[in-house]
Amino acid sequence: MLSLGPMAVSLFLSFTDYNMLQAPDWVGFDNYARMESDPRFLKALEVTFTYVLLGVPLQLLTAFSLALFLNRGLKGLPLFRAIFYIPSILGPSVAVAILWRQMFGLEGIFNELLSIFNIAPKSWVADPSTSLYTLITLLVWQFGSPMIIFLAGLKQIPETLYEAAAIDGAGPFRRFWNITLPSLTPIIFFNLVMQIINAFQAFTPAYIVGGGQGGAIDSTLFYTLYLYIKAFTEFKMGYASALAWVLLVICGVFTWLLFLSSRKWVHYES
Amino acid sequence: MSRVYAANKGASVIKTVIAVIASAVMLYPLLWMLASSFKPQHLIFQDLSLWPDVFTLENYINGWNGFTNLTFGTFFKNSFIVVLFCIIGNLLTCSMAAYAFARLEFTARNFWFALMFGSLLLPHHVVLIPQYILFDSLDWINTYMPLIVPKFLASDAFFIFLMVQFIRGLPLELDQAAKVDGCGHIQIYGRIIVPLLLPAIVTTSIFTLIWTWNDFFSQLIYISDPRKLTVALALRSFMDTMGQSSMGSLFAMSILSLVPIFIFFLVFQRWLIEGIATYGVKG
Repeated sequence: MLSLGPMAVSLFLSFTDYNMLQAPDWVGFDNYARMESDPRFLKALEVTFTYVLLGVPLQLLTAFSLALFLNRGLKGLPLFRAIFYIPSILGPSVAVAILWRQMFGLEGIFNELLSIFNIAPKSWVADPSTSLYTLITLLVWQFGSPMIIFLAGLKQIPETLYEAAAIDGAGPFRRFWNITLPSLTPIIFFNLVMQIINAFQAFTPAYIVGGGQGGAIDSTLFYTLYLYIKAFTEFKMGYASALAWVLLVICGVFTWLLFLSSRKWVHYES
Repeated sequence: MSRVYAANKGASVIKTVIAVIASAVMLYPLLWMLASSFKPQHLIFQDLSLWPDVFTLENYINGWNGFTNLTFGTFFKNSFIVVLFCIIGNLLTCSMAAYAFARLEFTARNFWFALMFGSLLLPHHVVLIPQYILFDSLDWINTYMPLIVPKFLASDAFFIFLMVQFIRGLPLELDQAAKVDGCGHIQIYGRIIVPLLLPAIVTTSIFTLIWTWNDFFSQLIYISDPRKLTVALALRSFMDTMGQSSMGSLFAMSILSLVPIFIFFLVFQRWLIEGIATYGVKG
């Protein structure tokens, strides 16, 4: 409710040049047109899309497999569930981002681990070809919260369905394919939407690991980090507002596409 | 029969072993940081072990002393102040807004509800800059107002949504009975709804605490005065000013910064896990 006013202001600002010192100067679509030839903007898009489109599916796949694994025949489920959830709670913090930066740094324990296999040490966070993957690892590591949602979904599937299928002679694979997977599609859909939107807005790990600037040759320049740099270090408020609107449109389009596609693959109670 | 039982038991043992190994791998980085925070500085690197050979509190003592004459005591105090007010704000205003959505009739209620729901799915970056300009014109930069005041304006759509769902589950007869007894909306809200809302109130408090404590982005934008830094900001400054030579102190303070949310997690983990299982919180 309170966001409508600011949203209108932000839309207005996106058509202006504004540095907070002089009054906004109307420039029409210039800010949007300029993005096309802004290499850092294009790089930020590439980095963010890679992060989202690789990180989220990997994270959800991990969450899903572990939920299936933990669901049956395991004593102490609450304990394991809690342990796997810890990274989701602590993971978004600055402290964990610092830990990641250290772990994958030149003197980090990741190199120490690799030296067992005789792999030469290097700084995984400073090397532009690997730095983004260290952040994707951090995202995947926080699979606990979607996993708990999957587990809750698995508990909802009536046991009678499996019994009936077993009587009909369906093996474990067919039971998974015809019962478990379709029953969970609403939850897969929900997790997908939430995690994609969250991942688009990720900021802290990129800021800490990349030293506030986007890392070596902008290899970890997340979209929100670029927006932050434009708005709060360069004070280009007009351009930053335009960036914010492009992010909104991207998230909107993604959500819309997911909702559209959901008609084809999401099964609601029949 | 007993063979089947034995096979099941065997499978269960193997499963437990795999789960234990997976847990160990998951927790290893955190445990390593914990162990390293007790190791002397020169032994931290190139040491994968989770048990310090030489145990020292030096990192904690050096780290706590902070920088520019400010100790981490100040930063923790600052973070706690922000968190406390954010929780109060969210509880007060989100519960009122939720009551209005769930129980009151007003024009275009569904429209406003849809709008609120939409704001859950869209990035808040679009309102960031206008908000910053507004708070700047109010001279609120380098105060906690920009972090706290929005919470007193029911800005956290997620918690409103959670509470609306909860209130809708409460029987309407309670409201009607109270109305017959002469209660107005304020009394129904205060005496009937709020006490029954307790589970949602606990969930809201826990998640507000965790998210505010972990928040970095908005704190980074609004706070730069060293005396006002929160723990998250202080860690980042600490990292920038110290460098590799005091990694031990940085680790020690990082560990300390995780302690409050970890304790909350331990105490309330049942609520937390039920919270996400039911409402699908992002965590």
